[in-house]
Amino acid sequence: MINVQNLVKHYGDVKAVDGISFTIRKGEVTGLLGPNGAGKTTTLRILTCYLQPTSGMVSIDDYLVDENPIEIKKRIGYLPESAPLYPDMMVYDFLQFIADIREINDVERITDVAIQCGITEVMHKNINELSKGYKQRVGLAQAILHDPEILILDEPTNGLDPNQIIEIRDLIKELGREKTVILSTHILQEVEATCSRVIIIDKGVIVADDLTSELKSAKGKDIRINILAGGASFDQLKTALCAIPGINNVNHIHDEEGLCHVQVITGSDIDARPAIFNCIKDNGWVLYEMNREYRSLEHVFRELTVGA
Amino acid sequence: MQQFKDSMKGAQLVAKKELAGFFSTPIGYIVISVFLVIAGFLFFSTFFLYGQAELRAYFELLPLLFAFVIPAITMRLFAEERNTGSFEMLMTLPLSTVQIVTGKILAATIFAGIMVLPTLFYAVSVAFVGSPDIGPIIGGFIGAIILAAAYASIGVFASSLTRNQIVAFIIGFAICIVLSLITKFLYFVSPKLVSLFEYISADYHFQNIARGIIDTRNIIYFASVIIISSMASIYQLEVRR
Repeated sequence: MINVQNLVKHYGDVKAVDGISFTIRKGEVTGLLGPNGAGKTTTLRILTCYLQPTSGMVSIDDYLVDENPIEIKKRIGYLPESAPLYPDMMVYDFLQFIADIREINDVERITDVAIQCGITEVMHKNINELSKGYKQRVGLAQAILHDPEILILDEPTNGLDPNQIIEIRDLIKELGREKTVILSTHILQEVEATCSRVIIIDKGVIVADDLTSELKSAKGKDIRINILAGGASFDQLKTALCAIPGINNVNHIHDEEGLCHVQVITGSDIDARPAIFNCIKDNGWVLYEMNREYRSLEHVFRELTVGA
Repeated sequence: MQQFKDSMKGAQLVAKKELAGFFSTPIGYIVISVFLVIAGFLFFSTFFLYGQAELRAYFELLPLLFAFVIPAITMRLFAEERNTGSFEMLMTLPLSTVQIVTGKILAATIFAGIMVLPTLFYAVSVAFVGSPDIGPIIGGFIGAIILAAAYASIGVFASSLTRNQIVAFIIGFAICIVLSLITKFLYFVSPKLVSLFEYISADYHFQNIARGIIDTRNIIYFASVIIISSMASIYQLEVRR
């Protein structure tokens, strides 16, 4: 559906995007993740035909961005970064303007979208009187008004308060059930909460492109298990646990209220938790807590973008 | 033909939105008021002195007045969009650059038409006190709209160059004032150059139309100004991508 090959964009001497390639299939919710200035916005602006690529091929539904921009623009709903709207227009008039240009003849459509985006109570206010959250929602309403197959959202939750963030994310998830969504963000929880696939960009190149679950499962990496046990000293615990096959190391985290907190590191090929439980039980100690530490996307992100 | 109709529809929608925009802020009303005050002064200051039933004094200074007022109308058209960022949204709507530029010029021209409309009262008051020659009056008003369209195209181009409305105004004003005044300096140039200067002067062509003679040369001149400025705006918007 969306096909990007060797995309390059220079601003003068600055290489904003330096040869990235990816394809996005219909119905995927993809997160474009990267530190500030990584080239996320530039990539999205090229997909929406706002910017022209320096070189490379971008096609959407078999239309090329440099040949058929109008056809592409018709298929895309786009929310630019920080939702720039016409400040002097009334929300209703603004949506009517978009509806006219998008050739939407259904008179109910604006009302339906307003309900979906929760902006019914501000329809007759001027856009410059709206709070950031409402502006963002009006921007989203504008993007979904023509029921596009592809939705491109540039930092959709930037600058919103936590409640608004959750609302917008829910809305994106809902839309993602039937549409192809690409959203850019530098907030990792956002990707974890909404996207099935992540593309991590750094300095204009793709450093990772995988399913969110795959990136987090950390194949081939160590697994960390945290244990809080009572009735034993760290040394006793370490000797007992190290005897279990597959456990590579046991680290002392700290002692708290007579309990010993340790971290067990195992290979990724086995699940050592039953063995750990039995070992503690057999020694007559008490297990207060045990949890497996999932590799957070934050971890992956830092590894990939700080150059670890 | 169908394609042309579709393309005009997009331009019309842009024009409609911009026209509403002129009246949603005080700027539109201020510009109209300033124009009417100055035009009224120009007209009535000589009307009672000369005792002639004609609008010549008004039309003679109209290019000068337009050179000041029209760039003030057009200065925000692209500069403001660039500044607030709404430009990005406009450019990602299914509209071509041609439609956007045409729509904006159209809006500014219609606005100028609305602004000039009350001065038809001068024609009426002249008809009351005497029996004016109707040709120059009709020519003058038609010419005023054509001149407004030409200056609006220049103003839109100026606005497409920058994100600062003041800079857009100054550039637009500079180009328009040169086109309005260039024939006023002809005492100093050799006669060979006079016809060249006359040809590039908007004032010269406007005054011809305002005499009540609509000549193809004058129409071709204004059409060229509109087309060249529009192309320059389109190029400016495309190249900056």
